[in-house]
Amino acid sequence: MTNHWIDLKNSDCILIMGSNAAENHPISFKWVTKAQEKGATLIHVDPRFTRTSAKADIYAPLRSGSDIAFLGGMINYILENDLIFKEYVINATNATFIVGDGFGFKDGMFSGFDEAKHKYDKSKWAFALDEKGAPKRDMTLQDPRCVYQLLKKHYSRYTVKNAVAMTGTPEDKLLAVYKAYSATGKPDKAGTSMYAMGWTQHTVGVQNIRSMSIVQMLLGNMGVAGGGVNALRGESNVQGSTDQALLYHIIPGYMPTPTTAQPKLEDYLKLVAPVSHDPKSMNWKKNYPKYAVSLIKSFYKNAEPAVGYDWMPKLDVGQNASWLVLFDEMLKGKFKGFFAWGMNPACSGANSNKTREGLTKLDWLVNVNIYDNETGSFWQGPGMNPKKVKTEVFMLPCAVSIEKEGSITNSGRWMQWRYQGPKPLGDSRPDGEIIAELASKVRALYKKEGGTFPEPVLGLNWEDMTSAHGFDVHKTAKLINGYYLKDVEEKQKDGSVKVYKAGTQVASFVKLLADGSTCSGNWIYAGSYVGPDPKDNRSAKRSKDQTPAQAAVGLFPNWSWAWPVNRRVIYNRASVDATGKPYAPQKPVLAWNGKGWDIDVVDGGGNPGSVHPFIMQVHGMAQLFGPGLNDGPFPEYYEPLDCPVSSHPYSPVLHNPTALTFKGEKAAVCDPRYPFVCTTYRVTEHWQTGLQTRWQPWLLEAEPQMFCEMSEELAALRGIKNGEKVWLENERGKLWAKAIVTKRFKPFVVQGNIVHEVGIPWHFGWRFPKDGGDAANLLSPSVGDPNTGIPETKAFMVNVRKA
Amino acid sequence: MSGKSFFVDLTKCTACRGCQVACKQWKKLPGEKTVNTGSHQNPPDLSATTLRLVRFSEKEIEGKMHWFFLPDQCRHCLDAPCKSGASLPDSIIQDPDTGAVVYNAKTAKEDAETIRNSCPYDIPRVDKKTKIISKCDMCNDRVKAGMLPACVQSCPTGTMNFGDRAAMLDLAKKALVEAKKKFPGAQLVDEDSVRVIFLTADKPGLYAKTLMADATPTRRLYTRQEALAALTRPVRAFLG
Repeated sequence: MTNHWIDLKNSDCILIMGSNAAENHPISFKWVTKAQEKGATLIHVDPRFTRTSAKADIYAPLRSGSDIAFLGGMINYILENDLIFKEYVINATNATFIVGDGFGFKDGMFSGFDEAKHKYDKSKWAFALDEKGAPKRDMTLQDPRCVYQLLKKHYSRYTVKNAVAMTGTPEDKLLAVYKAYSATGKPDKAGTSMYAMGWTQHTVGVQNIRSMSIVQMLLGNMGVAGGGVNALRGESNVQGSTDQALLYHIIPGYMPTPTTAQPKLEDYLKLVAPVSHDPKSMNWKKNYPKYAVSLIKSFYKNAEPAVGYDWMPKLDVGQNASWLVLFDEMLKGKFKGFFAWGMNPACSGANSNKTREGLTKLDWLVNVNIYDNETGSFWQGPGMNPKKVKTEVFMLPCAVSIEKEGSITNSGRWMQWRYQGPKPLGDSRPDGEIIAELASKVRALYKKEGGTFPEPVLGLNWEDMTSAHGFDVHKTAKLINGYYLKDVEEKQKDGSVKVYKAGTQVASFVKLLADGSTCSGNWIYAGSYVGPDPKDNRSAKRSKDQTPAQAAVGLFPNWSWAWPVNRRVIYNRASVDATGKPYAPQKPVLAWNGKGWDIDVVDGGGNPGSVHPFIMQVHGMAQLFGPGLNDGPFPEYYEPLDCPVSSHPYSPVLHNPTALTFKGEKAAVCDPRYPFVCTTYRVTEHWQTGLQTRWQPWLLEAEPQMFCEMSEELAALRGIKNGEKVWLENERGKLWAKAIVTKRFKPFVVQGNIVHEVGIPWHFGWRFPKDGGDAANLLSPSVGDPNTGIPETKAFMVNVRKA
Repeated sequence: MSGKSFFVDLTKCTACRGCQVACKQWKKLPGEKTVNTGSHQNPPDLSATTLRLVRFSEKEIEGKMHWFFLPDQCRHCLDAPCKSGASLPDSIIQDPDTGAVVYNAKTAKEDAETIRNSCPYDIPRVDKKTKIISKCDMCNDRVKAGMLPACVQSCPTGTMNFGDRAAMLDLAKKALVEAKKKFPGAQLVDEDSVRVIFLTADKPGLYAKTLMADATPTRRLYTRQEALAALTRPVRAFLG
């Protein structure tokens, strides 16, 4: 979230799209409801009428996978009717930037496409620079090569007619949404976007969110109270685990993972630190060398940074190590062993049959979880012959979250300290303890026996994460914050010198240094644990103290701690004009008092108007034109890889040409055997693959079995009655479900034809309960977004028939 | 007559079922073995082990889809017909402080059918083995200890409210004025005779047949067999 949960109440218009927030984030509706009480309009756009739709002022159905037609249409509507917040667009976005001659777009393809590699050469999309190296700008927005004009041209194809044809949304509903939402383009109005996996799990996942980001930039909704692009995270600590680099392509703090193209530290530091020639651009990433070196020192405290960097694992150039690729490689027999840590890939990954088959190629599998699951027991699952499976499975029971102390970071980036409740049952242990003990055994073996490259293992800084009793969560939190490794002298404004003694915790990332004299396990968390004592742990703060102005916008600066630097609304600098005056004086998130900034922690610092507001961008401006993504600088409409149409009106290119695909993966395009769109989702009562909730009788009784929701029309077509068992099937698998025949699903009219859609939840698995059904992902395809690799589990094709 | 009351603003209920689960948790009631019957409402009905149930009702009105949610529970009637219908003087008691209508183990001696049929909201259920009749007791133990009922504690949206009766009536009346702006058909349900005051967005019958007490006395004359027979008749749209 760019904003935070409470801030939803400040919104004038809430667009929930790609999310079923009322069901999957019930607490969000505390604040959505408060906004509605104050007169906000709630919009829900979703294939199916849900508990969220039931509370919405406007509900608009759309066919799964057609979001860019809907949102591109909104961009066009805003531009055509000149509903933009012009001052904001000029001063806070790159609308005025001139794009270089290399950029072009024709027939659904951007310039620079390499047919053989299915990749774009992104250098073709660079901005035109002036003699100083700063982007050329046209403040009048008239230059045909300025971003604003290119955007206008690009989205001129995104007409209401085309949107209706592809989304199946009735025109009156579509226009009602456009009208209500674009009304937030007024300077003192704010619209917010709540989204979740309904947007991300597509081969155009990132571009779905980019489309909404463009809407928000045009309407001036970023950085303001009641605005933002708000990702509702799929579980309570997904934000935290992402921050700490759960994914392969980043190291902690969102810095890129080193590759073999940067063999030396200096190569890496050059890569991560962009250069700006615009004096008003803070270009915050120029500080990344300080953060990278401090991170390396947190890993390898006693090594020189350059040596520590040599020890860090590196990706091969161009290597994709995302989820789908990992299991594809596993199937090819590339892995000996596998730790499934708090994961249930046999159910959670797309194309479960492929995943389950992959697990048979392993020599060993360690399942770290609170219960046995479909992954640990894959060898005795449906279609498996235990005698033929060579994989040896070990089960390590771990503690449940409430049985251990530590922090979680919520969607609003609040790092919240939690205390231990009950003690872990039996010999189950916190994950940290399991990892620490594993590390100590591996290190002992390396010490005793040596090995080909023992230094990275033996040089690791375990002393700052462990005490005599083993894993130490407070020491680890302190290391994540960071501390001085040597005495450091700092010159003060008045000329005096302040000395920070070695061992002192750093106060914030501003104090981190690139010479190896500081360490920090994650620069964005610097400032979270600022002293030696547990009372210095800011994530444990629970004070409701606030100023009246903070109270007015529901900002609680003394309750937990938010990264970065306790900023509650990021990009907040965009909420004020060049004199520091808030655009929305009735709900300011930031205001200049003549000497300093009030309310939130300002993005960037300095006087009003002194710096561009989007400090994490090299040029300081929000990117309407985003030249960094793998599938193009503007979102473009493509169908899901499995789809019910053979063409669309936007271009002759049916699918995302850069989508992540695998040899042998079959797609169903207008395949009469699989005529229905299928989507997957969650219910309130279950969590993830249901591992924690399926064993919970109060939750299981509420949602006991795999179900398939379908329209009355489709049920009639297939002779299916409500509550009957049905089969869903496609090239990848087969799955039974109980039919829920409902008016809440309606057939879509797509390009004049009726398209039926069905929906299934993904929480079930064969392991328990025995009559619960199996994983929805038996049917979903292993194809993914070209930027993230996230699988397209929200839109694929199936057949449905009576069992 | 003061005591306590609930105010339940159904315009805000998202059917998250936190209250349904919280009730079972506090009461240490077991989960039931259920199957999906083609509805999200599950368990399908109240029972001796499900004292609180969120009812789901899909209605299409003038082409517009509605999904009405009713967290159903005992209304703790000011003048409880079930208490009047009891044969023993102390199987069903009313707490003089809170007004909670509380059943105890002596209900096993009562005729369950009579008790159930006496309820205008069809709430009481009998345990087939023990013959004890049960229903919501307002979490009277929690309330007496200064805590909120478990269902109210768990509610994320402000649907469930609990407090002194006067304050709840006041809150209900103010909420009705607000609700009418968006929902012209909004109304309070039986607010003068019950301690669980529902605010509906539309006609109560759209939520469930039994949301509002039936003004005609015929219901109470049904025997259980007749009532069951009525249940198996084809469901017809009921606009209350």
